Amino acid sequence: MTQVIYDATYEGWLTAVFDIYELKLTDVVFAKKEPSSALLFSTDYFVVTDLSKAERVLSGLQKRLSNDGLARIYSTFLSEVSQAEEIMFGFVKYVFSSTQNIEEDFGSHEVWEVRKAAKMTRRESHRMKAFVRFKLTKDGLYYAVIEPDCDVLPLIENHFKNRYADQRWLIYDVKRKYGIYYDLENVTTVELQFNADTNSSKFLAEICDQKEEFFQNLWVQYFNNVNIESRKNMKLHLQHMPKRYWKNLTEKTANLKRILNNH
Amino acid sequence: MVNERVMEKLGILSDAAKYDVSCSSGQSNRKNKDKGLGNASNNGICHSYTEDGRCVALLKILLTNHCIFDCAYCVSRKSNDIKRAAFTVDEVVELTIGFYRRNYIEGLFLSSGIFDNPDYTMERLVRIAKKLRLEHNFNGYIHLKAIPGASDDLLREAGIYADRLSLNVEMPTEQSLKLLAPDKNHKDVIKPMGYLKTEIAGHKEERKKNYKAPLFAPAGQSTQMVIGATKESDLEILGMADYFYQQMNMRRVYYSGYVPISNNDNRLPAIGTPVPIIRENRLYQADWLIRYYGFNVNEIVGFNQPNLDLDIDPKLGWALRNLHQFPVDINTADIELIKRIPGIGFLSAQKIVGARKFKKLDPQDLQKMGIAYTRAKYFLAFSSPFLLTKDYTAIQIKDHIMDTQKSKYRNDFSSQLSLF
Repeated sequence: MTQVIYDATYEGWLTAVFDIYELKLTDVVFAKKEPSSALLFSTDYFVVTDLSKAERVLSGLQKRLSNDGLARIYSTFLSEVSQAEEIMFGFVKYVFSSTQNIEEDFGSHEVWEVRKAAKMTRRESHRMKAFVRFKLTKDGLYYAVIEPDCDVLPLIENHFKNRYADQRWLIYDVKRKYGIYYDLENVTTVELQFNADTNSSKFLAEICDQKEEFFQNLWVQYFNNVNIESRKNMKLHLQHMPKRYWKNLTEKTANLKRILNNH
Repeated sequence: MVNERVMEKLGILSDAAKYDVSCSSGQSNRKNKDKGLGNASNNGICHSYTEDGRCVALLKILLTNHCIFDCAYCVSRKSNDIKRAAFTVDEVVELTIGFYRRNYIEGLFLSSGIFDNPDYTMERLVRIAKKLRLEHNFNGYIHLKAIPGASDDLLREAGIYADRLSLNVEMPTEQSLKLLAPDKNHKDVIKPMGYLKTEIAGHKEERKKNYKAPLFAPAGQSTQMVIGATKESDLEILGMADYFYQQMNMRRVYYSGYVPISNNDNRLPAIGTPVPIIRENRLYQADWLIRYYGFNVNEIVGFNQPNLDLDIDPKLGWALRNLHQFPVDINTADIELIKRIPGIGFLSAQKIVGARKFKKLDPQDLQKMGIAYTRAKYFLAFSSPFLLTKDYTAIQIKDHIMDTQKSKYRNDFSSQLSLF
């Protein structure tokens, strides 16, 4: 068994695929950045990320897959499900072993696993396009905090860039400790400390635009008002808005606070 | 904006608007122009969900709930003793932009009670859309209500700024409309629909020739019918919907289960009468079958069965009435036939057709694809080995399926009911 250690980037993983084929490594497992100590009897192989190798793997895949099929591999990578790399590699092996495009072979385990993982990422990136809640600071920055299960920032960047072209914004992933920042020209990846309790009213008063709290209140008022009590269906509500997202949703945290204050 | 007053108005005017169920924000491909604000998402985005499980995509408000009409089913009717309010043009604009910039919404859905006269009301709605588009370079989604009786000129201007326009027919038949809304008639709604249909088609043609030609309601028009307030059968309702789809190129017909709002009107169900949520759901399922599954409305409802089954979905209902068309061999059948198998949806049918190029599919493959196999199995044949299912009658199949499925409506149907 060979443990293939790469730098945790997608290009690094693609380079790893190149090397595995070139060195004819069999029975591989992947590890990010450092070898896993759980594997006692494996040899370690350290990948040196090489963009030209990554490029060649990518163009090989491109010839055998639709754009959508190709994008699914990347989405699987971002899903961060356990053994994502092994799932991707199983799929890639199947792609290269066949003369025809295999992405619709739903009977195959390899195809199915990639679809499943990619679907998770895609669904969550769609959700994040919806659930980002910007707050406006005194110096005109719209910032939002998210905590998604999958690493979706790379997938939602363009959506926000196209939509909010005339305002500076920052979306920060607290789980992965990085964010994307748009400066009216470009989007860049930023790493920063972001520890403040962004929902506390003290924090709001200190850094937020004077109208920020008013708009949040308006939104909560609106959200509560459009509900039709006689049609209440909490099961459906939770299916669409799972609880794990609530703490960064203005309309849900405000209602929570109100309930707590009443007790 | 004066904060307290705006807050109060938002309370009144969003409350009055919520019975309009349309919240679609898709089907428009309006792009962000000159680095302005916003764009439309073709698939639509639901930014939040209310506790009743409905999508919140748009800031859905009335400009005012003052109204000269007295429609019995409407909270804003003239004779109803409620608080009245009206937004100014600037207030609506500022609310929309403020919400949009914070990513709360996809855009604005603006409707209104009719104050003074239709043109006066429509002119205000158009002015708001125009201001958003021209002064704020706002490219998000705008849904405007077209006011029946407004002039063609105003409707045309509305179409230039809005992504979608809608006129609600409200009651499926003229008799019901006469009964509940004496000030209205179907002609006032149908005529502008016809006008918009022609304008939308014309502008679309124009844009094919010249991509710089102006957009005109790129997300088309929609309408809504109130369900369960009056005695119409599903045949009448779906017949009317079919007319809108066929004759008016309507993008969507919405069905809104009547929520009782008054106890003093014996023409209508009293407060406490349950909202016909199951029926509404069945109508939407039937609507989908007509639009996406190639069903003709006559296959789903007819003079023999004017109402949809409440205990089973309309596709299963159709299959049970047409057992002679089954079993279908999924390894060879045309996709149109596969789409008609209960338990197999649109996407699953596409997956089946893709996957069978690689191997003969067996039941395990179908289960892996996420098909409702316990439901579908009564209607399937597998070529090799050919699986012989016992010949069940329609009633037996229905009982089997209802026994195994966990319907969200299960509690509503006791075992006694299923005997019918």
